[in-house]
Amino acid sequence: MAQKAIREYDGKALFSKQWEKYFSGFHYGFKSVLVTSGAELLAKAEEHGFEWLKQEPLVAKPDMLFGKRGKNDLVLFKTNKPGDVTLEDAAKWIDEKISHTTTLLSGQHGTLTHFIVEPFTPHGQEQEYYISATCVGEDDVLYMSAEGGMEVEEGWDEKVNEVVIPIDMTDVEIEHAITANIPEDIQEKDKASFTSFAIQFFKFYRDMNFAYLEINPIVMLDNNEMAILDLVARLDDTAGFMMKDVWGDIEYPTAFGMEDQSPEEKAIAEADSKSGASLKLTILNPMGRVWTMVAGGGASVVYADTIADFAEATGGSIADLANYGEYSGGPTTSETKFYADTIIDLMTRHKDPKGLDKVMIIGGAIANFTDVAKTFTGIIQSFEENAEKMKEHNTKIYVRRGGPNYEKGLKDIKEAADRLGLYIEVYGPETHVTDIVRMALEK
Amino acid sequence: MEKLYTKDTQAIFWNNNKTAIQRMLDYDYTIQRKTPSVAAIVAPTSGNKFEKFFYGPDEIMVPLFKSTAEAKKAHPNADVLLNFASFRTAYDVTMEAVELGGFKSIMVTAEGIPERLARKMNNAARKAGVTVIGPATVGAIVPGAFKIANIGGTIENIVNSKLHRAGSCGLITRSGGLFNELSNIIAINADGIAEGVAIGGDRFVGSVFIDNMLRMEKNPDVKYMVLLGEVGGTEEYKVIEAVKSGKITKPIIAWCIGTIAKHFSSGVQFGHAGASANADAETAAAKNKAMAEAGIHVPASFNDLPKTIKEVYTDLLANGTISKIPEPVINTVPKVRRSKEFICTISDDRGDEATYAGFPISSVATPDTGKGIGDVISLLWFKKQYPEWATQFIETVMKTVADHGPAVSGAHNAKVTARAGKSVVEALVTGLLTIGPRFGGAIDGAAQHFKYADDNGLTPAEFLGHMKKEGIPIPGIGHRIKSLKNPDLRVEGLKKFAKEYFPATPLLDYALTVEQLTTSKKENLILNVDGTIGILMVDMWRALGYTEDEINEFISSGTLNAFFIVGRSIGFIGHILDEKRLAMPMYRHPMDDILYDVPVAEKI
Repeated sequence: MAQKAIREYDGKALFSKQWEKYFSGFHYGFKSVLVTSGAELLAKAEEHGFEWLKQEPLVAKPDMLFGKRGKNDLVLFKTNKPGDVTLEDAAKWIDEKISHTTTLLSGQHGTLTHFIVEPFTPHGQEQEYYISATCVGEDDVLYMSAEGGMEVEEGWDEKVNEVVIPIDMTDVEIEHAITANIPEDIQEKDKASFTSFAIQFFKFYRDMNFAYLEINPIVMLDNNEMAILDLVARLDDTAGFMMKDVWGDIEYPTAFGMEDQSPEEKAIAEADSKSGASLKLTILNPMGRVWTMVAGGGASVVYADTIADFAEATGGSIADLANYGEYSGGPTTSETKFYADTIIDLMTRHKDPKGLDKVMIIGGAIANFTDVAKTFTGIIQSFEENAEKMKEHNTKIYVRRGGPNYEKGLKDIKEAADRLGLYIEVYGPETHVTDIVRMALEK
Repeated sequence: MEKLYTKDTQAIFWNNNKTAIQRMLDYDYTIQRKTPSVAAIVAPTSGNKFEKFFYGPDEIMVPLFKSTAEAKKAHPNADVLLNFASFRTAYDVTMEAVELGGFKSIMVTAEGIPERLARKMNNAARKAGVTVIGPATVGAIVPGAFKIANIGGTIENIVNSKLHRAGSCGLITRSGGLFNELSNIIAINADGIAEGVAIGGDRFVGSVFIDNMLRMEKNPDVKYMVLLGEVGGTEEYKVIEAVKSGKITKPIIAWCIGTIAKHFSSGVQFGHAGASANADAETAAAKNKAMAEAGIHVPASFNDLPKTIKEVYTDLLANGTISKIPEPVINTVPKVRRSKEFICTISDDRGDEATYAGFPISSVATPDTGKGIGDVISLLWFKKQYPEWATQFIETVMKTVADHGPAVSGAHNAKVTARAGKSVVEALVTGLLTIGPRFGGAIDGAAQHFKYADDNGLTPAEFLGHMKKEGIPIPGIGHRIKSLKNPDLRVEGLKKFAKEYFPATPLLDYALTVEQLTTSKKENLILNVDGTIGILMVDMWRALGYTEDEINEFISSGTLNAFFIVGRSIGFIGHILDEKRLAMPMYRHPMDDILYDVPVAEKI
């Protein structure tokens, strides 16, 4: 997966690390800490270099990839009036937030765990600017506005200047393009500084292999002092091999509310990370009755599509689809067995509420180079261990696959299922790839 | 470029991916291609010069090169690069090929190339007019003409899916796995495909749907197109625009997979990296709807796709746009094949009469053929028919070096061995084993060093300085007694022949300027017979059109020494037979000719 969001704290740390190289002439204090509890914050304040936590008024907010923290009332910047938050206030506030679950206006739901704490920066609205960059279509686009904060999102078209920067633009051309498009409304005294900052911001975004980088607002204080009040960033993680030294061990947290991955999903993800093959599993509905074990990224999508289509057409619903996932890239027999074990285990935990049979779709397109018989060996081994459980849940197995050695694979899996007394139907490339879904669901 | 590939298209395969290359060659054999579709392999870390592959029941050799530049230079007609480098190096390999030029299309298989690099690479290729297929793809195929690597799967599946001969559908997909599936569906429900491309699953791919479809619109073999899109991105809208504006008039059947995504909020990634809807218009449902509204044939669901294909095909067949395709004769790749242990590229004894490089022995052997031993050497050593001046030069060389009296070390060794009662072959071998850097080796050395000096444009003085620095006397310079005033007549003869019959003698001319300098220092530092031979051999090969690399290889493989070995064998055998005839007794060196200086070994 290419684009991964990083924490605001990590994004700022990256700025700080590269500051002299890209933004010499500007100053950035990087007074930020990332903590997971009030106690941790209090402990941090005792460390050398973090005295400011005790000396300055603070701002605290969750650092968990989601935006609109202000609107969600999740930014602590005042108790009575702005700029009066003490270390103790912040610690107490954090401890309160982690003690219960939180539901955002977007509906995302979960427990807050990570907070960024920074000094409160007094400034005027006129000092707030907006800057961001990302890739749109084939080109990079730099967005700049004289209005930062929440205001920029209302009236985006009028307030934001866009600079389209094609991939083959030279540095000189980039500098010209940005200079020519600096928003009119930027204060005259800041214009030159802002221009130079914007140019360097774009180069930083580009060279650091960001997929998205937004500072909103960026505050230009006196003496070229910059305050990055809020930052959103995504990295192109495919560049990781080139950026190792620069990025360091950067963390890619899961989206808020999504972090409650099941142990099974975690186990498959772990197996995937250790393997040259691809193993993916997402549980959509643990109570669902249709479980899929599909080979290949493209095929897994058409199976999911078709199950949704037929579930609705045959009186069921999308809730019938229990999981999404795929295995591909030549997994070993033991990897395939582990994958099959996991799915069969999940499938046989709950009886179907309506008393319907469980359906296991072992699907796949015609493989280019994967040996079908070899991958089926792992599935057959799993059948052998789990046959009784599968029978208890009236599991009906539908297989469709083609590719190298598919005749043997189909014959082997049919023989094994028959021997174990499992219900199975087996099809090859003469049958349309997703037609087993129709057969299974029309029954 | 109306057609992506033809039956003459040849590729350079970057990375020695033997399974994939073998699949290509099996395909070539099946469809009866005249030339293999892989002309060369780039394998930067391999020390081998070629890799053997099966071509039907036989084996062929595909040359290996260290770099794309070398492969392209040797195979300028290979205009497709199959870039099978990893995601770490795929970018560099593509950029180098674009810069080199001469490639019409580059296929990139690596998945997960950094996005910024992928964009740069795609941009550079587009500007250079190079079609990039991928990254993150299994490639493309023009049935009956050219197939990339693993696309289509096994040869059995290829024939079952009618990918061995041109049908009438143009197929474009993102996914490689579903490409095979679609080919199969089209084979079952229509008459197969005329051209197919899996554009690749990464977010940034070099050629998108519309690029390939506009080409297919112009390809007369393509009568209609099947497009399998995906949730995410807006590429399908470019196709819709082209249909609306009349740029594409051929019927299109299309479906976007990923309709499932509407049931789940963001967070579940269905399918490829490129497949994530960022806006309503990017959902599969919206794209399917928009395509249907533009007059594209869109089935009700993926499961109904075969039915739609059948309907469109049947209509086109009925209205005469498509006619029935006759099934071509194909070769069958044998199930069991055994790799050969030895390779021979110079002679063949399998027919009625054994041949030398394709020429029956009788056609070069007897006097009436007008052929001499020089011709036989040119056939068996160089696999070429050298012109008369060259074969006569070779013979002149061998005659010149045949013997140099009994006192030289090789002849002496042969004589001593013969006198020990050993056979002709044993005595000959003893003499031959003496040949090396000091005895006979000056031919090699002269060729090597003079060529080096000439190649690098060294003046005679610079050359002398260079050799002094290296600490070696110049090979091929110097004679025991001969001088400019008292020339070696063998050398004079060789020079005269070359001046008269060689098209040009640049290295000899250079060597003579060196000789002028060396003889000005000492009279007997003349160009000697070894030097003259080595230098003239280089001139001969240059005049015959060999590249400098090839000539360097002749030198480093010891070819020059070989002329000396064959020639001098004549003299050695003469000396051996002489000894036998004379029935000379066992030789023992006189003790008074040996300086004895043997101290008692010290204890340590």
